Amino acid sequence: MTRTGPMPAEGMATDMSTPVQSEIDAEIGALHEAAAKAVAAGAPAEVHPRRDFAPYRSSVLRHPKNPLVALGDPDAVELSGPVFGVTDITELDSDLTRQHPGEPLGERITVTGRVLDRAGRPVRGQLVEIWQANASGRYAHQRDQHPAPLDPNFTGVGRCLTGDDGAYQFTTVKPGAYPWRNHLNAWRPAHIHFSLFGTAFGQRLITQMYFPGDPLFPYDPIFNSVTDERARQRLIAAYGHDLSRPEWSLGYRWDIVLDGPAATWTEAPEEDL
Amino acid sequence: MITPSQTAGPFFGYALPFAGGGEMAPAGHPDTLTVHGYVHDGAGQPVPDALLEFWQAAPDGSRTGVPGSLRRDPVTSAVIGRDGVGFTGFGRVPTDADGHWVLRTLPPPATAPYLAVCVFARGLQHHLFTRIYLGEPVGDPLLGGLPPHRRATLLAAGDGVGRYRFDVHLQGDEETVFLELS
Ligand SMILES: [Fe+2]
Repeated sequence: MTRTGPMPAEGMATDMSTPVQSEIDAEIGALHEAAAKAVAAGAPAEVHPRRDFAPYRSSVLRHPKNPLVALGDPDAVELSGPVFGVTDITELDSDLTRQHPGEPLGERITVTGRVLDRAGRPVRGQLVEIWQANASGRYAHQRDQHPAPLDPNFTGVGRCLTGDDGAYQFTTVKPGAYPWRNHLNAWRPAHIHFSLFGTAFGQRLITQMYFPGDPLFPYDPIFNSVTDERARQRLIAAYGHDLSRPEWSLGYRWDIVLDGPAATWTEAPEEDL
Repeated sequence: MITPSQTAGPFFGYALPFAGGGEMAPAGHPDTLTVHGYVHDGAGQPVPDALLEFWQAAPDGSRTGVPGSLRRDPVTSAVIGRDGVGFTGFGRVPTDADGHWVLRTLPPPATAPYLAVCVFARGLQHHLFTRIYLGEPVGDPLLGGLPPHRRATLLAAGDGVGRYRFDVHLQGDEETVFLELS
């Protein structure tokens, strides 16, 4: 068998069923085009990725085929949500470079921004959690078999509570891109996973933050599962020179706006509370 | 200007689950219920890399919750578990290698007789909400609007004394009812 691309990762299937990048690109292109046509015909732009987005192969058997059932329940428990406090975090949680005896390798960065609800109001005192690969693109997770070095001084897990203005901040190192087995020569653009809570359970969000100018964007079916270009742009942090610290770290800014039930942001009449 | 969702991917397991995440009931509480089940994909295979989160009203009906689900030791930073006094209302459980999960909690009140569930998984690009009803309340607006075979997917099955079984089917003939919170 001849290979035109680089050697696949050890153990990777190389049979005919493993798609190549050009096949994934064509599938993404067709889906984006169809979505753009729908918007041109008057459909609202899709904010979230499609759960059924075949270029990301693992989505195929992991999405419901029935439509979601609208829960028009003004008394739903999902309109309230869990709370967290000072007992749930420690001071070191938000600095991923200080969780071990030594300093991790990589480009030291800070990531800061605000968590807001649909109405633009800050989400106060809520839990923000992040996890990421190290600077070499390797997760401290047993299932990550990418042959890049682990860093004994980097775990890649952070937590903090938002401030009164909804602000969060983490100090970490810039994660590396990493390969995965969605298709032959598949690479994820560098990203940090974010987990967010609003004031309502229905505002829950897990997402990924990307870095500006990443050359891998066009090739990644996960990033491109968000079919609307402007929505995809909202996943990319901005470099903030004002956030960079001289001779210390580079700064990135990324605000997060939570979706969620309208009842959590429309001011309800007092008697309905 | 809403921020899009992205999959939790395969590697959340060392970041999001925490010790005692499924132990919502204070240890030894006489009213403790065990709720457990499997997560299945559209081929009927177990999903070993899903994360389930739970939110419910306290037995007294309150919905404010209390902090402390991930209570930490400020010396070692280890998770030392809930203090067993307040009921946080929040649980988080990853599925095992066989797609199984277990939660121990207190019964929700009659005014909101269900557990709200949020499902995350590798391959799932945007989380899914569902509900676990422990018993079938009369006049529930959600259940009342569903045909029987769909309604059944939201009802936990009795599985022995104080124990309930609830499977999540992401896709397929037994596909769970998932909710749009609009
Ligand atoms: Fe990742």
